Amino acid sequence: MLFKGVDFWPHGTTYPIMSFRRICIGISWVLAVLSVIMLFTKGLNFGVDFKGGSLFEVQSTTGHMDISALRERLSKLGIGEVQIQGVAQPTDALVRVERRGADDKAQQETVKKVEDALKPDIIIRRTEVVGAAVSDELKRAGMLAVASAIFGILLYIWFRFEWQFGIAAILALLHDTLIVLGAFSLLNMEFGLSEVAAVLTLAGYSINDTVVVFDRIRENLRKYKRLDLTELMDRSINDTLSRTVLTATTTFIAVLALYIFGTQVIRGFAFAMLFGIVIGTWSSIFVASPFLLWIGVKRDWSSTAATGAPTKADAGKA
Amino acid sequence: MLHFSRWKIISILVTLVIGVLLALPNVLPKQTVESLPSWLPHKQMRLGLDLQGGAHLLLAMDTDQLRKDWLQSLRDDARKTLVSDAKIASSVQIQGNRIVVRVSKPEEVDKAQRELRKIQSSVGNPIAGTSGSDVDITRAPDGTIVITPTSAGFIQRQSNAAGAAIHTIEKRINSLGTAESSVVRQGTDRILVQFPGLRDTRQLKEILGKTARLSFHEVHPSMTPEEARQGRPPIGWRIYPSEEPGAPPYLLREAPVVSGEELSNAQPGFDQQTGLPVINFSFNQQGARKFGRFTQSHVQQPFAIVLDDKVISAPVIQSPILGGSGQISGRFTVEGANNLAVQLRSGALPVKLTIAEERTVGPSLGADSIAAGRLAALIGTAGVIAFMVFAYGLFGVFAIAAVFFNLVLIVGIMSLIGSTLTLPGIAGLVLTVGMAVDANVLIYERIREELRNGKTPISGIDSGFKTALGTIIDSNLTTLIAGLVMFWLGSGPIRGFAVTLSIGILTTVFTAFTVTRLLVSEWVRRQKTRHIPAPL
Repeated sequence: MLFKGVDFWPHGTTYPIMSFRRICIGISWVLAVLSVIMLFTKGLNFGVDFKGGSLFEVQSTTGHMDISALRERLSKLGIGEVQIQGVAQPTDALVRVERRGADDKAQQETVKKVEDALKPDIIIRRTEVVGAAVSDELKRAGMLAVASAIFGILLYIWFRFEWQFGIAAILALLHDTLIVLGAFSLLNMEFGLSEVAAVLTLAGYSINDTVVVFDRIRENLRKYKRLDLTELMDRSINDTLSRTVLTATTTFIAVLALYIFGTQVIRGFAFAMLFGIVIGTWSSIFVASPFLLWIGVKRDWSSTAATGAPTKADAGKA
Repeated sequence: MLHFSRWKIISILVTLVIGVLLALPNVLPKQTVESLPSWLPHKQMRLGLDLQGGAHLLLAMDTDQLRKDWLQSLRDDARKTLVSDAKIASSVQIQGNRIVVRVSKPEEVDKAQRELRKIQSSVGNPIAGTSGSDVDITRAPDGTIVITPTSAGFIQRQSNAAGAAIHTIEKRINSLGTAESSVVRQGTDRILVQFPGLRDTRQLKEILGKTARLSFHEVHPSMTPEEARQGRPPIGWRIYPSEEPGAPPYLLREAPVVSGEELSNAQPGFDQQTGLPVINFSFNQQGARKFGRFTQSHVQQPFAIVLDDKVISAPVIQSPILGGSGQISGRFTVEGANNLAVQLRSGALPVKLTIAEERTVGPSLGADSIAAGRLAALIGTAGVIAFMVFAYGLFGVFAIAAVFFNLVLIVGIMSLIGSTLTLPGIAGLVLTVGMAVDANVLIYERIREELRNGKTPISGIDSGFKTALGTIIDSNLTTLIAGLVMFWLGSGPIRGFAVTLSIGILTTVFTAFTVTRLLVSEWVRRQKTRHIPAPL
C-alpha cells in the first residue's frame, strides 16, 4: 500500500502569466516607487543599533505595567525624549531614550538615572546602549553588508547564467528589498541589526526562488529552440509554479511560528521574513521573467553545445 | 541516481551516526552527559549572552588622552636627556602635536640632536619591511629641533596600552568572582568585555570606569594655590583640584613621592575611630622605603593622596610612617571603598575607557528566550512536517527524516566547532527547517513532472533527483553568499545567525542527496512487484 499524499496544486497549468505582465510590473512599479517615496520622506525607524541611544526592556514585578505612570516617572528625569511602548506581555514594556550628543559618558549617566528611577517595582530585563561612534559603524557595516550580498549574488548568477539573467534577478531582488524596506517605513516598525539580517536572508531566499524559475527558462530555451519567448517563459513559470508555492508555504509556516511565539527581538526579524516571502514569491512569478523578457535573452544556445561541456549541463539542469 | 554502492551507504550512515553523537550532549541531561564514556563527544553548543544572560560591553580607549600622555612623557624624556644628563641649556615645549626644542647655544644644536636620538625607539616589523621610528627628529629652518610622533609609533603605543588595559581589566573582573568572562581587543582602540550570567552590570561598569591612577604627593610648604594661580606655579609644581566639589585646590609637586604601582595590597575597611569606610593599603619594599624617607623629613606637614588627578585627601603627617602601610580616608561609601580597593589592587588602567556599546540581558529573559525559541521551533517544525506529509505522503515522511538529520547535523557541527547559539541563531534553525524542505520539494515536483510526462516510476525518480541537483546547488549557493556576507560583516548575534544559516545550507544539500535519496532507493528496492506504483 502506498501512502501518496495530496497533490493539491494543479499541475500542467498553462496560466498566461506573461500576458499580465504589464499589470504586474505596473503594480510592482507603484509599490517600489511608493517605497522609495516613503524611504525618502519618512525614512526608516532606526533602532538603537543605528541611531544610538538606549533601550530597556522592563518588567513590572507587581503585575500589569502601568505605562502612563511609567512615562510620568521617566519624564521627570530630564533625560530628553523618552518613548515607551507596550509589548505582547502586559507586564512588560520597552523604553527608548534618545541619544543626545556624541558623549558616551552622558549616555551612561542616563542609564544610571533610568535604573534608579525604575527601582524597586520594575526590573530591567534587557539593556542596549549604543554610542555615536558605534552606531555609525553599525550603519555603515549594515549598508555594506546588503550591498556586498547583492553584488556577490549578482556575480554568482552572472557566472552561472548569462548576464541578462543576472541583471533581471538583481532587479527582482532590489524590488523585493525595496518594498520590504518601504513596508518597514510605512508601518513605522523598528529597523535594527536583526532586521538587516532578515533582509539579507530574504535576499538569499528571493534570489533562490528566482533562480529556480530561471533555471527552468534556460532549460526550456535549450529544449524548445523555436518557441516564442513569452510562451516559453509562461511554460517555465507554470512548470515551477507548484514548487514555488509549496516552498513558500513551508517557509512561511516556519517563520509564522517564530513571529507568533518568538520574543521581542525575533519578531521584527520574523515580520521582515514573512512579508519578504510573499513579495519574493510574487516577484519570482510575476516580475523577474518580464524583466528578463525586457532585457532580452540569447536564443541561440547551439554555440555552447559546440564548445563541449553542455550535453551534460543540458541534462543536469532542472 | 538510485544506486548506492556499499561503501557509500556505509559512509553516509557513519556520518549520520557521528552527527547524532555530536548533537546528543545538547539534549541529554547534565548528569547523563557526564556519565558518558570518555570517547564520546561531550561538547555542547555554547549559548550566546542573549540566551544565558550576561553583559557585553564595548569599551573605547580615549586615544586623545593617550596621545597627550605620550607627548608629555616625550617632553619629560627630552628634558631629562638634554638638561639633566647632557647639560645642554635648552627649553622643551609641547606645541600642538609635536615637541619643539630650543637650544640656547647655537653650537650645541648638533649635539642636542644627537642626544635626542636616545629617546627614539624603533617600531614595526623589520622583516616585513615596516620598520621605522616612533618619533621623527628634524631640524626646523629657524634652528629649533622638532620631535614629531609618527603614526607607526602611535599605533604601537595604542597597542601596548590595549594590551596593558586588557590585563588590568581581567584582574579587576576576576575580583568579581565569575569565571568564563572574556576580554579581547577589537579593532585598534576598542576592548570587548563579555561577562556571562551577570546580574548587576552597574558594579562591573563602576570598576571599569576609573583608570585609578593613585599617587602620593608633596604639598607645597608655603605657597598657596591662589598665589600660584596669580603668578605662575614654580617649575615642577602643579595645581590639583579636590575631589570634593567646592573644596579648595592644592599646589602639589608634580612628580609623586610614591605611585600606585608600588602598592602591594589594598583592602576596604573601616576607620576605628569614625567608623567610616576607608582603604587600608601597604607598599612594596621600594615604595615603603621612599614613603618612609619622605614622611620622616616632612613631619607635621600635609601630603596629598591623588586619584586620577584629583586630591581625595591631604592628611597631616603626625609621625614618620615606616611600616609601609597606611589608610586612605576620603568621602567613600562602603561600595565605593570596595570598588576602589579592587581597582588599586589590579593596578591603574593605562588609558581612560568609555562604554561605547552596552548590551545586557538578564538571566530570566535569556531563559524566556530559550523557551520561546524552543516552542517556536517545535511548532514550526510540526507545521512543516504536517504539511509535507499532507503533500507527499510517504515521500513526505522521507523528507522529514532528511530534515531531522539536517537539524542533527547542524547542532552536531556547531557543537564540534564550538560555535555559539544565539537567539537569532535559533531563528536561523527554524528558518532552515522551512527552507530545507525546498530541496525535497524541488526533487519531488520534478519526479511528479517526469511521471506525468510518461516516464516509469523508477526512471522518473532517477531523473527527478538528477535534474534537481543543479537547481538545488544554484539556489542554495545564493543563500550561502548572503550567509557568508553576514558572517563577515556581522557582529555578535548576527554572526550567530549567519553561522547557523550557512551550516544549514551545507547540511541541507547533503541530506537531500543522501538521506532522502537513500530512503527512496531503499523503498524502490523493497517493492516486491516488478510494477512499482507511481509514488507521487
